[in-house]
Amino acid sequence: MIRQFSAFWQSDFGWKFRHSPTAILSALVTLILVGAAIFAPLIAPYNPFDSSSLNLMNGFSAPMAPNAFTGEVFLLGTDDQGRDVFSTILYGMRVSLFVGVLAVLFGLVLGVTLGLIAGYAGGRVDGFIMRVADIQLTFPAILVAMLIFGIAKGIIAPQYRDQMAIWVLIIAIGLSDWVPFARVVRGATMVEKNRDYVQAARLIGRKPVAIMVLHILPNVLNPILVIATISLALAIIAEATLSFLGVGAPPTQPSLGTLIRIGQTFLFSGEWWILLFPAATLLALALAVNSLGDWLRDALNPRLK
Amino acid sequence: MKRNLFLSTALAVLSMGAAAHAETLRWALAGDALTLDPHAQNEGVTIMLQSQMMEPLVSRAPTGELEPTLATEWAVKADDPTVWVFKLREGVTFHDGATFDSEDVVFSMDRARSEASQMKGIITSIAEVRATGPYEVEIVTNGPNPILPAALTSIMMLDKGWTEANNAVTVQNVAAGEVTFSSTNVNGTGPYTLVSREADSRTVMRAFDNYWGKDTFPLAYSEIIFTPIQNASTRVAALLSGELDFIQDVPVQDIDRVKGTAGLKVESSSENRSVFFGLNVSDTLVAGNIDGKNPLADLKVRQAINMTINRDAIRDVVMRGQSVPAGIIMPPFVNGWTEELNAYPAPDNDAAKALLAEAGYPNGFPITVDCPNDRYINDEAICQAAVGMLGQIGIQARLNATSKALFFPQVNAMETDFYMLGWGVPSYDSEYIFNFLYHTRDESFGSWNSTRYSNPELDAQIKAIAAEVDLAKRDAMIAEMWATAKNDLAYIPVHHQMLNWAMKDGLTVTVDPDNQARVKYFALN
Amino acid sequence: MLAFLIRRLIQSVVVLLVVGAVSFGMFRFIGDPVNNMLGQERTQADIAELRDRLGLDRSVLVQYAVFLRNAAQGDFGVSYRQGRPVADIIAERAPATLELAAVSGVMALVFGIGLGVITAIKRNSWASSAIMTISLVGVSLPTFLIGILLIYVFSVQLEWLPSFGRGETVLVGGWSTGFLTQSGLVALILPAITLGLYQMTLIMRIVRSEMLEVLRQDYIRFARARGLRERSINFRHALKNTLVPVITVTGLQMGSIIAFSIITETVFQWPGMGLLFINAVQFVDIPVMAAYLMLISVLFVSINLVVDLLYFAIDPRLRIERAKA
Repeated sequence: MIRQFSAFWQSDFGWKFRHSPTAILSALVTLILVGAAIFAPLIAPYNPFDSSSLNLMNGFSAPMAPNAFTGEVFLLGTDDQGRDVFSTILYGMRVSLFVGVLAVLFGLVLGVTLGLIAGYAGGRVDGFIMRVADIQLTFPAILVAMLIFGIAKGIIAPQYRDQMAIWVLIIAIGLSDWVPFARVVRGATMVEKNRDYVQAARLIGRKPVAIMVLHILPNVLNPILVIATISLALAIIAEATLSFLGVGAPPTQPSLGTLIRIGQTFLFSGEWWILLFPAATLLALALAVNSLGDWLRDALNPRLK
Repeated sequence: MKRNLFLSTALAVLSMGAAAHAETLRWALAGDALTLDPHAQNEGVTIMLQSQMMEPLVSRAPTGELEPTLATEWAVKADDPTVWVFKLREGVTFHDGATFDSEDVVFSMDRARSEASQMKGIITSIAEVRATGPYEVEIVTNGPNPILPAALTSIMMLDKGWTEANNAVTVQNVAAGEVTFSSTNVNGTGPYTLVSREADSRTVMRAFDNYWGKDTFPLAYSEIIFTPIQNASTRVAALLSGELDFIQDVPVQDIDRVKGTAGLKVESSSENRSVFFGLNVSDTLVAGNIDGKNPLADLKVRQAINMTINRDAIRDVVMRGQSVPAGIIMPPFVNGWTEELNAYPAPDNDAAKALLAEAGYPNGFPITVDCPNDRYINDEAICQAAVGMLGQIGIQARLNATSKALFFPQVNAMETDFYMLGWGVPSYDSEYIFNFLYHTRDESFGSWNSTRYSNPELDAQIKAIAAEVDLAKRDAMIAEMWATAKNDLAYIPVHHQMLNWAMKDGLTVTVDPDNQARVKYFALN
Repeated sequence: MLAFLIRRLIQSVVVLLVVGAVSFGMFRFIGDPVNNMLGQERTQADIAELRDRLGLDRSVLVQYAVFLRNAAQGDFGVSYRQGRPVADIIAERAPATLELAAVSGVMALVFGIGLGVITAIKRNSWASSAIMTISLVGVSLPTFLIGILLIYVFSVQLEWLPSFGRGETVLVGGWSTGFLTQSGLVALILPAITLGLYQMTLIMRIVRSEMLEVLRQDYIRFARARGLRERSINFRHALKNTLVPVITVTGLQMGSIIAFSIITETVFQWPGMGLLFINAVQFVDIPVMAAYLMLISVLFVSINLVVDLLYFAIDPRLRIERAKA
């Protein structure tokens, strides 16, 4: 592990990294936030997802000020349900990252697979998959989310519906996300499939697909990494947007997006902390991931050396 | 205040516009009217917008009592309790100059009772409407109906000649893909005439010069610009920035901000709407029984739930003081409401836990709370709070909050065990609540009763009060019925909503319990 | 060329049919319009009757077939919510969305290209990395929050700009435009910024990376070696060569600006097609949703088609390049 890290650090890539303050800062912020999210149950003073532990009368406490009814003090204040904002952000970030990462993974696997198939098969199959991509772009994520919500409602028993919302989000965001992956992989596959080694493999009876996967994927790893990083930021933002339209993470297990959706209703009423802290966290997270993606794009672009 | 040149010019133009029409009311709320055809949609905002331009025979004044409008007086016919006689106002003209008379009333009432009319549900008791003179009509009901006038407050009058000339005699049937002249044009007797309308954007109305009530009502505004603004933050922002004079549906958390802004004020009043939870009281839970039983079928469990809902905390925190905690699912204006009936238990988690243990659920049970997130004031936050409170007595409640488009079909299909509902009573009479919420659900009764509550004795009483003309006897029956309903706890009351209207300082407005703002009552000082 | 065109046209029609089919397949899951269409006093019998009249109990395929048959004759049905022909409503709403999209598109292009060029030329300067980072803020917050914050600052606190609506509009040959009045123009500013921010960031990034690419090319080096002025190299040679991909991407983004103006229009109560659509979703107004989705797919399919045809026309070999994009 240490050796690998030092190899990375010494590499060309590592050199670029060391000499980019933006990259170092972004990576650091991302690491801290992801770490805080993963270890939320250890860091957070309260468990905001346990509704029965909440005291409604703690609601709307300002940061570091005793609550008017209960006298309790909270670091970043409490929201409309009496939840500790600091704990809610940590847990909310967990939900946001969980949804974001899984949605991107889902989109990535789907996109890479479809891209490989399209590029390799060509002709009608290719035409079909690329037209499906066109259709995909047509459907706003909110509609996809509602569609999957509806179908899931028919299949899943009511008592599991609140947990289901997260998975619906993952699938809905992932589904609206696969097209760029597919396009990159398809392009690379189309170039690669006419190379001699594929023809040779075919001659000696090896399954060309297997070889192609082994050869093409490393070639497209860089663009995929870049797309995935930027998609992650987009997915986290998309989840927040869906929240605004009423189909986001449930309010009892809020994501950062849900917290912002709830918080923005208190923008005029003076309870700024309910909006500001979750929004600042989301901004920091998305900004760090975005700049990281940006930097990766430049650093991994062989044409820009 | 810092301003750059370009923007201040723009502002100057805006304010010049305002000066030229000193009496223009710029008015916003969340929704827009669906149609201008008065019989095509029975929906609050639709009726409100129409009522600036059209009028019923009898209307309900903002203070709550019935007020003569196009009818000046009404009474049950001396020798026949099934006939109501209405004397019509004379000298009333429609916007196009036609005279209003009994022919128009018969025509309009028949139209409102026709197949495609959405108003027919309110006036099912009417058998016939006949003219007995140019300014007198008789309304015949199927059996005596003591509260008929109250049912007529949203039945608008159209001009027979105009409607016929424009081929709008049949009510627009959206289902059949019909479009009618009357859905985008208005010819009423009301205080304002339609100038222009773009749905979801703006509707402009101007004062009607020949309005019969010119000397009766303040009629402070010569022009109304009605603009729906869906997003609550935007709506409040537009008021704070001076782009609007009057908004309905002020979010409860923004009331203090509006009050604290120079030149703005907020008027509040109880709304004719109660919010409550409905419980599935049948033998089987939709989500599957617990140990072969539905815990909610046990009265003790329902009593425990009733005891753990901390209504005062919901009022103080979630509603910011803007609610009246409820012990009954009847808003305070309704005939039958008493202070005693509205009494609610003090929250007592220990007693609630004891009741649960007695019922055989010492460790609680899981339940899903279904909730709309875009229908009632802070609906989702109330449910969230309730879920936490249920958790404190061991009931593992989970929240399923969805949009009203998904929520109401789910409730209607009875695919829920624990749901939120809000109920307003346009007739201001208990019968309306019993009919829709307590009667056993069948083809024509209990259509909003998704609790599966069924009490044959109560059903019989519900049918009896509908035709009881002896009002004292009727009120006694209603009191008895509420006692039963309150004990059986098929519904767990939460609160009665409050209405908050925000406006410019100079405006004097009485908040209408039905949230029906009528500009003719607005006064400027 | 002709064969390619015909093939693509057939594919496009198939895409439209599939979009329609998927839309109809999902409508039943979005909710039930009946509840919104009947008043509070409805009975269970009324519900059953209306469902029957609307044909909601018929199979999805039958409903879809009926829609297609009518749509082929230019009849998109009557909105459940407004009771007016869907075609009329969309025609009435389209100008608002198209004007907003055009303004935010132009804004995105102008600022995107300008900032892109600056950040490319001064690649390693402190200012350009600041611009790069700040521009990311625009894509690191959800659109609805950006809109609400803009309203808070510019309408409520500063009272400079209107918070909602289009201002005064003027009808020019059936097209209601906000370009001809001052209040109409002022009303465009905040929504256009909200909608165009993402596109601006995207264009800026493309321009920058294309510029960096081109600046390394041999002919630019020669130009430099020949002693041409830096300014002329940057703008007359380098920028010109980056414009083709920029215009392509902008074209493709134009479609998504229109399609995804939903959020911006909701926040600013902008009476366009996005607001129409979100209202239709909330009301389960099936005819409006169906027509809107078909319209958006026609838009996407035509933009794709035009872009492909352009590539084909310029250079058939580019089709492989296009495939990579």
